[in-house]
Amino acid sequence: MTTARARKRSTLLTALTAIMLVYSLVPLVWLFINSTKSQASLFDSFGLWFSGDFSLFSNIRDTLTYDDGVFVRWLLNTLLYVVLGAGGATALATLGGYALAKYDFFGKRAVFAVVIGAVAVPTTALAVPTFLMFSKLGLTNTPWAVIIPSLISPFGLYLMWTFAAEAIPGELIEAARVDGAGELRTFLKVCVPLLAPGIVTVSLFTMVATWNNYFLPLIMLKDPDWYPLTLGLNSWNDQAATSGGQAVFNLVITGSLLTILPLLAAFLLLQRYWQSGLAAGGVKD
Amino acid sequence: MTINRRAFLRGTAALGTAAAAAAALAACGSDDDSGDNPTVSANDVDAALAAGGTLTVWAWETTLKQVVTAFQAKYPKVTVNLVNAGTGDKQYTALQNAISAGSGVPDLAQIEYYALPQFALGKSLVDLSGFGANSLDGTFTPGPWASVKSGGVTYGLPMDSGPMALFYNKEVFDKHGIAVPATWDEYVAAAKKLHAADPKAYITSDTGDAGFTTSMIWQAGGKPFQVDGTNVKINLADDGSTKFANLWQQLVTDKLVAPISGWSDAWYKGLGDGTIATLVIGAWMPANLESGVAAAKGKWRVAPMPQWTAGGAATAENGGSSLAIPKLGKNNALAYGFMKYATTGEGAQIRVDNGAFPATTEQVNADAFKNKEFPYFGGQKVNEVLAQAASGVVTGWSYLPFQVYANSIFNDTVGKAYVSNTTLADGLKAWQDASVKYGKEQGFTVN
Amino acid sequence: MARYVYVNIAILPAKSEKEGDMAVLAPPAIQRSGPPGRSGAARRRRSWTGWAFVGPFMAVFAFVFLAPIGYAIYLSFFRTKLIGGTSFVGLENYQNVFTDSQFWSSFGRVALFLCVQVPIMLFLALLAALAIDSGRLYGKSFFRVTIFMPYAVPAVVATLMWGFMYGPQFGLIGNINDAFGWSLPNPLGPGWLLASIGNIVTWEFVGYNMLIFYSALQVIPRTLYEAAELDGAGQVRIIRSIKLPAIRGALLIATIFSIIGTFQLFNEPAILKSLAPNVITTYYTPNMYAYSLSFAGQQFNYSAAVAIVMALLTAIVAYAVQLRGLRKERVQ
Repeated sequence: MTTARARKRSTLLTALTAIMLVYSLVPLVWLFINSTKSQASLFDSFGLWFSGDFSLFSNIRDTLTYDDGVFVRWLLNTLLYVVLGAGGATALATLGGYALAKYDFFGKRAVFAVVIGAVAVPTTALAVPTFLMFSKLGLTNTPWAVIIPSLISPFGLYLMWTFAAEAIPGELIEAARVDGAGELRTFLKVCVPLLAPGIVTVSLFTMVATWNNYFLPLIMLKDPDWYPLTLGLNSWNDQAATSGGQAVFNLVITGSLLTILPLLAAFLLLQRYWQSGLAAGGVKD
Repeated sequence: MTINRRAFLRGTAALGTAAAAAAALAACGSDDDSGDNPTVSANDVDAALAAGGTLTVWAWETTLKQVVTAFQAKYPKVTVNLVNAGTGDKQYTALQNAISAGSGVPDLAQIEYYALPQFALGKSLVDLSGFGANSLDGTFTPGPWASVKSGGVTYGLPMDSGPMALFYNKEVFDKHGIAVPATWDEYVAAAKKLHAADPKAYITSDTGDAGFTTSMIWQAGGKPFQVDGTNVKINLADDGSTKFANLWQQLVTDKLVAPISGWSDAWYKGLGDGTIATLVIGAWMPANLESGVAAAKGKWRVAPMPQWTAGGAATAENGGSSLAIPKLGKNNALAYGFMKYATTGEGAQIRVDNGAFPATTEQVNADAFKNKEFPYFGGQKVNEVLAQAASGVVTGWSYLPFQVYANSIFNDTVGKAYVSNTTLADGLKAWQDASVKYGKEQGFTVN
Repeated sequence: MARYVYVNIAILPAKSEKEGDMAVLAPPAIQRSGPPGRSGAARRRRSWTGWAFVGPFMAVFAFVFLAPIGYAIYLSFFRTKLIGGTSFVGLENYQNVFTDSQFWSSFGRVALFLCVQVPIMLFLALLAALAIDSGRLYGKSFFRVTIFMPYAVPAVVATLMWGFMYGPQFGLIGNINDAFGWSLPNPLGPGWLLASIGNIVTWEFVGYNMLIFYSALQVIPRTLYEAAELDGAGQVRIIRSIKLPAIRGALLIATIFSIIGTFQLFNEPAILKSLAPNVITTYYTPNMYAYSLSFAGQQFNYSAAVAIVMALLTAIVAYAVQLRGLRKERVQ
């Protein structure tokens, strides 16, 4: 592995890439700096520097306790949606990707074509038909209305397809079959361990998608008790425009920061896995 | 009581507006036009309150929380489930979707005055005549009371009102020696003087706002929307509309209004630091200034709305909302019981005490209300001015039965005047044309 | 165990192209995973067993995608009026779409966006991926993670942040103008708004695409570079002759997902609309138009027709790009 390690580091290239880094970071820095400001100093200070008292901790406390701690409830809802939605999406994508990679079956060619074709239909236009269907089934305003549509991740299916094709040698499956293992047992015992890095990668992507889901819950949910974080934050943001409603931009900003932190943490902690998942072992040669 | 604007939907992926989709999808949902009006006596309502039950109320108005607490204490068998299903347009979308689907419809919903005719026309709301709502004549101030009627039928009870007044930053006015404008001509002169003295300061901010524009036309005596059942006349070139367009064009052409959209953080910032020196806006504004622009405490004052003729006292409504009973709600009698409690007498008083601007004559005229001194406004008796404004609302105004849609395309048309060489008059013409076209497509007889 | 993921994405069975179906997108070729004989054996086993695995995905997919699409198609043949009810109109809604200047102006806008923003974004992503993959950066993994981070920020939050910074009065632009006495153009004005949206989208997705390219680069056997270097090839030549051809599949799939994403542009302009209400019309993008028709205008039937037409246009463009990608490949 590693001629790369022997290679000479380049200050120039590092400096040039650093421009990109700064571009990526500035808005996040803005978010952090402004989450340290109170509602008052938010409006009368330079956006990209600290000002007034360092209110980060009081902002966090206020965010978590405002309106009887509804933020915590939203956080738990989001976790529920992520665990069931993203977890289920990963499972379905893994099963489907495995089948596409390792089985030849009737209609296989059509599967991905249909998936891509359907994804091209603007989701906003499907909102109403979907709502009416779900409503008839009594699913609206329940967590299922958010979770069920989250179960589909076309990109996840695609990733697992490519990953399974390479990660699982055909011989291995043949060998398992020769040993008399059933198809499901072969998949669970032989293939899933090999697919682990891919599964971590797909689950991260679906997690981001579910965590950031906004449009669908907006249509499906009315009861703030079921809101995910994105919808809840937005309702706080709107509150400034209702009479008698308190302007809580500082809580919106701090809440935004708290919303993205768990995702960033997940990315950093699972870095090793998702990179090997995406890179599919190439570096391990 | 929301501010009647699209702008507050900032930050939302859904710029949704009311999907008065009921009709469109009624075929797929349940039947929502049972023709007969229920007759429910006061005794029936009392019986329902005593019997108890659960009510679901969709509203974003914040002071309703205290009302619910008091109501449940008074009627212990009733449980009120207060749900914030979104603010304004978003809530209408949710409501229309629920009505279309025929399930999940609340027992009571908050609906702004401008949107009420649309729901009324869609036959989605209970006609309150059967509940004896007509006996409430005189209970409410004239502006809101007229607003909850559509085609002579009462569809809701007014919850709050927004008679307009001039909010101004006294510190900025004093600094530049500007007198408080009593007429629109003086207002334009003040705008010029202020901006000349301080190029960073503007008399107000505006990026095109349907609610503000229609209210201004209303005050100027315009009646651009005439509705008689399904016959609609739209004339955005009538005298009132033209008066407004000519006035405001001067400010826009000379760049005397700050290009800051209402309710954005920049707007709050501008209200705090003197960039935006005045607001001509509904009477619900004090609570927003107090919470959103706390830093400017002591600087703001309230004066009567500038007039078209010196010595006049004409005003218009800006925003404000009602409570209405969707037909698909379950317990209409109980819903009416809560609605009446929340909008009149005790409930109205609780809401006023918590900062709302009342739509009831009793509360508006109460001495305690009028004499209340506002520390935020330098001790001024703000409600005196606002109560005065409530009595000056020009009569005879009506909104379109598809006003929610019309407002949603306001910036597509009139908005052009703010970012190009199009004039406001041309913009209003384009708005009219687009609204006429839509009305015809929807089966109305227009113009 | 060498597992090449993206390398062979574009190495597709030739026959699928002849058949002209969308399955040419099919990522990996089955036969890659084993000796030819074995894969022949797999083919003989063509059966329904695979459906047991792909079935759950397709079942949910049918429920949340195909059924609503079918419903939307059904709706598109009707017209409902507030006054007068519903009637069957056949293809009339579709005829109207084709003469609807608002729809075509929205389509033109996203097409322009596609031609400018997508290449820039993918190019930047590719540069970053190549730089990180080159092994010549200090703190490579820091770069990798940091550039990817914006992807984790919800579009709602991202647009709010940028919207604040764009503010000509109080935002960063305003601050800069004040500090230096400049007059930078207003990012929220009519001339610059599309570019400003492009910037937000680029910010959100450049890291995501970078990661896809980077992963594809990672699986190229390093021995290839060594061999090339021994032959005297420079870095530029290695990039052109080895790296780019090897990741063409990743480039293709990233392009196609970007096309779909661009044609569905919605969140960013919809959120910015409150800051630039007069520039961002209700028909600024096709998706906003469909949304506005449906939710503000109750014109579900027409909205459905707009959505279907847009889906077809998206599919055509994606398909054309894909064919072009494949043809290039054959030339080489």
